This record gives sequence, C-alpha cells and structure tokens, in this order.
Amino acid sequence: MAKLIKNQQIIDDAWQLLADEADTDPATVTVPAGHWLVPFAVWQAQPALAARGDVAPVLKGTDDPAELAGQLDAVPLVAVDFPRFSDGRGYSTATLLRSRYGYGGELRAIGDVLRDQFNYLSRCGFDALQPPLGKYTDAQLEAALASLKDFTDPYQASVTVREPLFRRHARSAA
Amino acid sequence: MYRYDDYDQQLVDERVAQFTDQTRRYFAGELTEEEFLPLRLQNGIYIQRHAPMLRLAIPYGNLRSDQVRMYGHIARTYDRGYGHFTTRHNMQFNWCKLEKMPEILAKLATVQLHAIQTSGNCIRNTSTDPFAGVAEDERIDPRPWCELIRQWSTFHPEFAYLPRKFKIAVNGAEEDRAVIRCHDIGLELVKNEAGETGFRIFVGGGLGRTPIIGEEITDFVAWPHLLTYCEAILRVYNRFGRRDNKFKARIKIIVKALGIEEFRRRVEDEWAHLKDGPSTLTQQELDRVAACFVDPDYKTLPHDDLGYRQKLSENKPFAAWVKRNVRGHKRPGYASVVLSLKKTGVPPGDVTDAQLDLIADLADRYSFGEVRVTHEQNVVLADVERSELFALWEQARAGGLATPNIGLLTDMICCPGGDFCSLANAKSIPIAEAVQRRFDDLDYLHDIGELELNISGCMNACGHHHVGHIGILGVDKNGEEWYQITIGGRQGNLTSLGKVIGRSFAAADVPDVIETLIDTYVAHRHEGERFVDTVHRIGADPFKQAVYGDGTPAQRKVANG
Repeated sequence: MAKLIKNQQIIDDAWQLLADEADTDPATVTVPAGHWLVPFAVWQAQPALAARGDVAPVLKGTDDPAELAGQLDAVPLVAVDFPRFSDGRGYSTATLLRSRYGYGGELRAIGDVLRDQFNYLSRCGFDALQPPLGKYTDAQLEAALASLKDFTDPYQASVTVREPLFRRHARSAA
Repeated sequence: MYRYDDYDQQLVDERVAQFTDQTRRYFAGELTEEEFLPLRLQNGIYIQRHAPMLRLAIPYGNLRSDQVRMYGHIARTYDRGYGHFTTRHNMQFNWCKLEKMPEILAKLATVQLHAIQTSGNCIRNTSTDPFAGVAEDERIDPRPWCELIRQWSTFHPEFAYLPRKFKIAVNGAEEDRAVIRCHDIGLELVKNEAGETGFRIFVGGGLGRTPIIGEEITDFVAWPHLLTYCEAILRVYNRFGRRDNKFKARIKIIVKALGIEEFRRRVEDEWAHLKDGPSTLTQQELDRVAACFVDPDYKTLPHDDLGYRQKLSENKPFAAWVKRNVRGHKRPGYASVVLSLKKTGVPPGDVTDAQLDLIADLADRYSFGEVRVTHEQNVVLADVERSELFALWEQARAGGLATPNIGLLTDMICCPGGDFCSLANAKSIPIAEAVQRRFDDLDYLHDIGELELNISGCMNACGHHHVGHIGILGVDKNGEEWYQITIGGRQGNLTSLGKVIGRSFAAADVPDVIETLIDTYVAHRHEGERFVDTVHRIGADPFKQAVYGDGTPAQRKVANG
C-alpha cells in the first residue's frame, strides 16, 4: 500500500490510480469499485462519478483547473500529476486551485514527487504528498518531513504563507 | 548597498543547511544524479570539463570589499588562485571539489554571498547598470527595484521548475547599459505623465540559439504592481511554455508563437486576479530598501583638481587610461573608474586572488568600500575623487588592472569556451588572445576607436556575440572548431543583432579576418564615426568583399548558420 504524507503525518493510503489510456474514449472507461484516482478527462466525461464519493480527478499539466472550479464541492480530493519532478506546471495548478478557486479539500501531488520538492510543493498548497511506491523507506520519509520546514520565513506570498515577508514582519529600517 | 537583516541572513543560512544535507544524501547514494542535478544547479554548481564549477551570484553587480576579499580567500583555498567574472553579474570558480561545496557556501554566507538560483530552470540573478546611482544620465536608481525583485524571486515556490531559465534586467538611465531587450523580462524605469514611477516592460528577449529582441508588453505599470505583473508573466510562462524541447522552452518562443497581443492578453487576464493582492509593494517596504541606496558621504569638491590636471598633461599613459577607463559622475570632483580585466594574455574576466585583494583594498581606500561588476566583465569603482585618480591608477597598474582599453577592440566579452565549458563547441579564450596580440599597438587601438568584439564558444551565446559590433561564434564542423563572424550587432538603446558575413573560418585565420574588417572600416569611416555606425551606414557588402574577395561570399551553409 502506498504511503502518503498528509498534513505532515505519514499514513497508509487506499486510493488507486487508474491508468491514463490516451486511445480510449474517456466516456467508456470503466471505473471499478474502490477508491480511484481517474484522469480528468474521464471525470469530465462521466458526471455520475462525482456522486460515488470514492472517485477523484487527476489533473495533468495541460488540464485547466478553471474547468474543475464549479465542481470543487463534489470532489473527495484533487490529485495533480507530476510526470517528471522537473515539470513545474503542477505548482501553478495547485496555486490556482487554492487561491483563485478557493479549493479547501485534499490536494495531492502524485507521480514523480520527491522529498527535495516537498517544501515548495507544500507552500503551493499541496497538503498531501505521495512519492512513488517504494521510493523511500519509512525512515527516509520520516526524515523528509523535516524538509517541510527548510525555510522559516520565506520572502514571498504563496498559498500557505498568505503575505510576503514585508507585510508579515516590521523589518528593521536599514 | 543593501544591508541584510536577520530574515535575509536566516534564509541564506537555511539554504546552506538544506544543500549540505542534499549533498550528503547524494554521496550516500540516496539521491540519483538526475535528482541531484537541479538541486546543485540551483546552488550554482555545474559539472564541467575538469571539475565542478561554482557560480556565485553578485546581485545586480554590487559587492562590498569584504565580499571581494572572501572571493580571494576562496580562490586561494579551494581553487587554483583565480576566479572569473561572467557576463551576467556572477563570479565563477572552476576548480572546487564537489564535497567541499557545502563548506565553501557556508563561508560565503558569513559575508552574505551565495550561489542561489545562479543556474537551473528558475529565476536567475537580476542584472542592471554598473553605473547605477552615479551615472549622469540616470532617471531613476534601479538598485532598490533589483533588490525587491531579488527577494521576491528567491526561493519562489511556484517558479523553481520553469520550462527553462529566466533572466530579468532593469535599466533606469537614458542609455540602456543592462541589455534589457535581450532578457526574458526587461524593465525600464519610467515616469508617467502624472510623475509616478513605474515600468515599461519588455518580454521575450534573449540571445542563445534563437536570438530575439524583446517586445513591449506594457508601456506603464505603476511601481506598486511590479511584482504582481511579473508574477502574472511567470505564471503564464510556467503553465504554457514549451517543455517538450529544451531548445524551444524559453519564454521568447511562446511569445513568438502566440504573438505579443495574445501573450499580453493572457498576462493581463492573470494579472487582473493578482493586482492589488498581498504581493503589491508598499511605500514602507520601498522606503526601507531604498534607504540602503542613498548617496555615500560625498565631499563637496571643486569640479576641477589642479594636481589631477597636471598629471594628465605630463603623464601620457595616465592620460590614456583616464580617457578610456574613467567616466563622468553626477557629483562634482568625483569620477567612476573601470578596472580592466582585459589585459592581453589573461582570459577576459579572469582575476587572481591577489588582484581580488587589491580590488578590495582600492575600494576601501578610494570608493567607500564598494565595487560593481559589469556585464562586459570588468570591475567598477563608482565613487572616486578625481584628485586620487593618479594614485589609484599607479596601484591598479602595478596589479595588472589598468589596461587602458575600456570600450576598445581588446576589451572583448568572452565566455570561458571549450577550455572549461562542457557545452562549448569551440575554444574562445585563445581566439581572444590571438586578436588581442594582433591589436597590441595602443595608438592604433585608440585610433580604431570604440568597438565591441564579443566571442561565444557555442550558440548558447554567453559571450553575447549577437550584439557585438563584431561577433565571433565558435561552431563545430565535423569535429573541428570553426568560427563564424557577424558584424553590426549593438547593445544599448539601438539593440540589434549582427549579421553573418559568410562562411566560417579556422582559428588561425580569425585575426586576419578581424584586421581586414578593421581596414575596411578605416577606409570608409567618416570623421569620428564608430565601426558599428559605418557598418550600418554602408552595409555589410564592402566588408564581405574585403574578406572573401571579389566573388560573392560562398553561400555554403555554415554549421549552425
């Protein structure tokens, strides 16, 4: 079972990832029973999935979070896929979901999610981080939790730090 | 200069701790090469031909003397006794060991130096005019704005994994000395009709493989909105910039692909949400930062200094140096001095540990303990009393820092090239030296007048060859090093890209070709006309004919042409 870092705790996770089959008509994809993360195209093509409560959409870098904006009350969670850790589109996707569309539920980073990106990912609003299965030992994951606190007082505003440093603190006049 | 408070220092210290742990995990095998790559890059570390290279940030080109001494210490202790100033306000060391990097970075942090975001696909060091604050033609001092951008862009969580690197430059003077239209974002400080300070913003400029002059995205954004506007540009780029091809991933490609109108529409749509949000700058923060950039304690001095005048008239070498290496200053009795790092036989921009110590001493003695670096790879002492110029010159000359060639042919911009860089297709330093040796006659050099010769060892264009009056580009043809030559490039307000004159040359032929180009210029120039102005007046054909003979230059396609 995959590990998940959620709200800075390491927990077991029951959600499974439904493969993104590019050639298949998303309207005809069968989503089995159980907890499933499904491609956003499948989620959009099958409105009935929203009622299940155990199906959640996965946004890719090319998916526009604005198209999910109207359904954010109906999702059990939103996953954002990082095909490679160096593909930074998901940071903007997360920022938009949180700050523009007011999403307050679980926002999960999946895919090539590595501990050295945890700090920036969490500051962009991800409260759930799921590294690839088997990537880290439990001890390494424990150690990685510390990286969430690498920077005590960042300069700029982000999802979790709502105001820039110059508004948060009276900085000493030079 | 900007003075760190505890928050600034804490962030730099925390970065050292973070990277120290990452390096430890890399050596322990917990991080793969691929995973470690962007981490070390965003801490300034490249793996080069000989050893890792460490690239340190010089934010908008400003240094204190104690920081320069620290460079000297690093050069002596961890390198082979020298460092290299680049074309983008960085210092590079070529011979440091990877396992020593955390220790080096920790030492640097004690004097507020760092390597944060000097490489990688993130927002890089912001660059500006080396004469900021002292230039006679300055409208608005760019330095406080550079510092505000530095803080906003440092460890910005959303923009650390952009499609490609991202460079911002700021100009606040009549004449652009920061090449702003060859940057991803170019900011020109202006005042609107109501007298408010703001920015005219260019986007999508860049040199490299696909050189493009930046286009205006807005003619005025009021200063409180600087960061939100930049954030909107970055978000559009991060979301929609190409990631499928490294060579098409810079912002200039998406600006061209969408067209400036559509790109502007997307940015303005994004900005509508961000404008007036928490990142909006406050007067209080501007005042706090700007207070670091007030004038130093200038003396009230007469315009003229008799002792200085006398030295000028009786000492020809001093007069030649003053003519080329000393610039006017907004304050009477003061001048700005350019220390040349372009002595023949020394790779352009290279500086030894002893020279670094000397620069620091000269700064303390003559220029309020501050130093600036230029994108032409020289060093500036911005605030020198005219009466002390002679003494400064004698000491600089003894240290090999007073070659009187600023703005002349031998003051060339040159990347490290194939001698050091693993990206290079060809060597550039030996070409620079061969040209310098050919033009070693000072009188002739001064007669040729202002000429910017820029050399890059590959199409990534670190040597800015596209905007050189003469540009030399190293190319690879079937494993051999060849050199393609352009003429007519310009930086500044009339920034333009040079045109290739024809087929490329072997290294040994380059000095002859340059000499032929110069002879052609001398034969055609009007009184007082610079090389580049002659090229633009008469066109490239007379130059091509002189170089390639009467027949039309061979149309054979050159590598990467």
